Amino acid sequence: MITLSNIKKTYNKGEVTALKDISFSVGKGELFGLIGPDGAGKTSLFRILTTLLLPDAGDATVNNFDIRKDYRQIRSSVGYMPGRFSLYQDLTVEENLNFFATVFGTTIKENYDLIKDIYQQIEPFKDRRAGKLSGGMKQKLALSCALIHKPSVLFLDEPTTGVDVVSRKEFWTMLKKLKQEGITILVSTPYMDEANLCDRIALIQKGEILSIDKPDGIIRSFPTDLYAVRGTNTHKLLQNIRNYKDTTTCFAFGDSLHVTLSSDPQTLLTYLHDKGHTDAVIEKTQPTIEDCFIQLLKN
Amino acid sequence: MSSTTAPPVIVTDKLTKRFGQFVACNELTFQVSKGEIFGFLGANGAGKTTAMRMLCGLLKPSSGKAAIAGFDVYTQTEKIKRSIGYMSQKFSLYDDLTVSENIRFYAGIYGMSIPQIKSKTAQLLQELELEKEAKTLVSDLPLGWKQKLSFSVSIVHEPDIVFLDEPTGGVDPVTRRQFWDLIYHAADRGVTIFVTTHYMDEAEYCNRVSIMVDGVIAALDSPTNLKQQFGLDNMEDVFYQLARNAKRKAD
Repeated sequence: MITLSNIKKTYNKGEVTALKDISFSVGKGELFGLIGPDGAGKTSLFRILTTLLLPDAGDATVNNFDIRKDYRQIRSSVGYMPGRFSLYQDLTVEENLNFFATVFGTTIKENYDLIKDIYQQIEPFKDRRAGKLSGGMKQKLALSCALIHKPSVLFLDEPTTGVDVVSRKEFWTMLKKLKQEGITILVSTPYMDEANLCDRIALIQKGEILSIDKPDGIIRSFPTDLYAVRGTNTHKLLQNIRNYKDTTTCFAFGDSLHVTLSSDPQTLLTYLHDKGHTDAVIEKTQPTIEDCFIQLLKN
Repeated sequence: MSSTTAPPVIVTDKLTKRFGQFVACNELTFQVSKGEIFGFLGANGAGKTTAMRMLCGLLKPSSGKAAIAGFDVYTQTEKIKRSIGYMSQKFSLYDDLTVSENIRFYAGIYGMSIPQIKSKTAQLLQELELEKEAKTLVSDLPLGWKQKLSFSVSIVHEPDIVFLDEPTGGVDPVTRRQFWDLIYHAADRGVTIFVTTHYMDEAEYCNRVSIMVDGVIAALDSPTNLKQQFGLDNMEDVFYQLARNAKRKAD
């Protein structure tokens, strides 16, 4: 449904490289995640695929339509939720939805089934101006507007940034439902834990894809054993482990420290006991996507 | 630093803010100790921002008491503002000033003398490894560097407390952890850290965490104790359990 081959994009007459040489494809009905921090090139990629920006080089298609020649067909068959809230702040919830339906030559009624689950949650506020909505509600309205013309491909640029855990969970539940309707979804996020909810993901940093696979495939390719270390004084523990001669990497991960070593963990434990961490515990642990991302950044 | 023995620098007692009929913060009672890293969590619309504004002396409470660094939130707001630092993702540095100009600007605002500003600037540039970038416009810095600089500038006047409002949004996982190194470093020097975040792994890095739901503090304890109390493995699940039935998530 989406193909990119050797897409390049620079800004400021070539001074700033946004996308280096991006190639991948997304299959029909796939929920595909672009995972990476600000400045990785995620938004440039979305703008190219939605025909709002031309690449410097490379080809891309959406629904078999070419992003350069067939931009009209692409625009009418995709839904796009940009990272910045871009609905009309001084129109009400219902007016916004009506506006987008009309622009795409349809009505709220015609496609109500598709947005029902999402829109019903904000329908009690349908007379409220969009600018007065909370973050979670804006997100639901923006998604409703992106869906109202029943697109075959949905582009979601950081839909969950800045919203709380509860709204994030609800949002991903909605995406799963849309996927079941057969809609192809390309979604970007800076939250690494959301990667596991995608069928496939691309880890992206500074305009380059670091890795592209199913989430468990990326986790399986973690190159070494990973250990979780716990103790009472986490900050002191972190400093001591970083200064240990056989430590390759050591990063805080929630309530433990994730460590890779060039020697056996038993020796590290002895060292930590000597440093006064008498309650320190080391156990082998499964890497997360975030561990993999950090590992790939190091290379 | 241990949270139980150090003296409290934030003390609130039934701190309440009403907007007409709407009770944004309802009888918040808690203490934060010197050098503690205190995570202030809550769902969107739970009342966090209102509470922070009261604690910073920017918004007058409707009722209840609060003292920040020993100063009263009703009558001594100017003294409070001198004793605290504040950093948010939205407002921080001036893009069209250079790195050292930004430091000079903030230090000047807080009334530091020229020699003090000079030595402080040199010290900060060295700590942040930004010596070569001293004359770079802030707009040309990567986001992660901006955040680190922004944090350092927010504590340039060596305040008792620094309020961090979602400081780490948008950066890569390594930069996010480097930022927390700075936080730990400041806390070790005795600066009290009051931080909000949507990253639940960062909640685990705090000494204690409070979770606000619908205007009240629904839970307050160390991450370990909270997980134990709710019988859950991680802070994300604890948060979810408490916040999912919030009535106010729609604002």
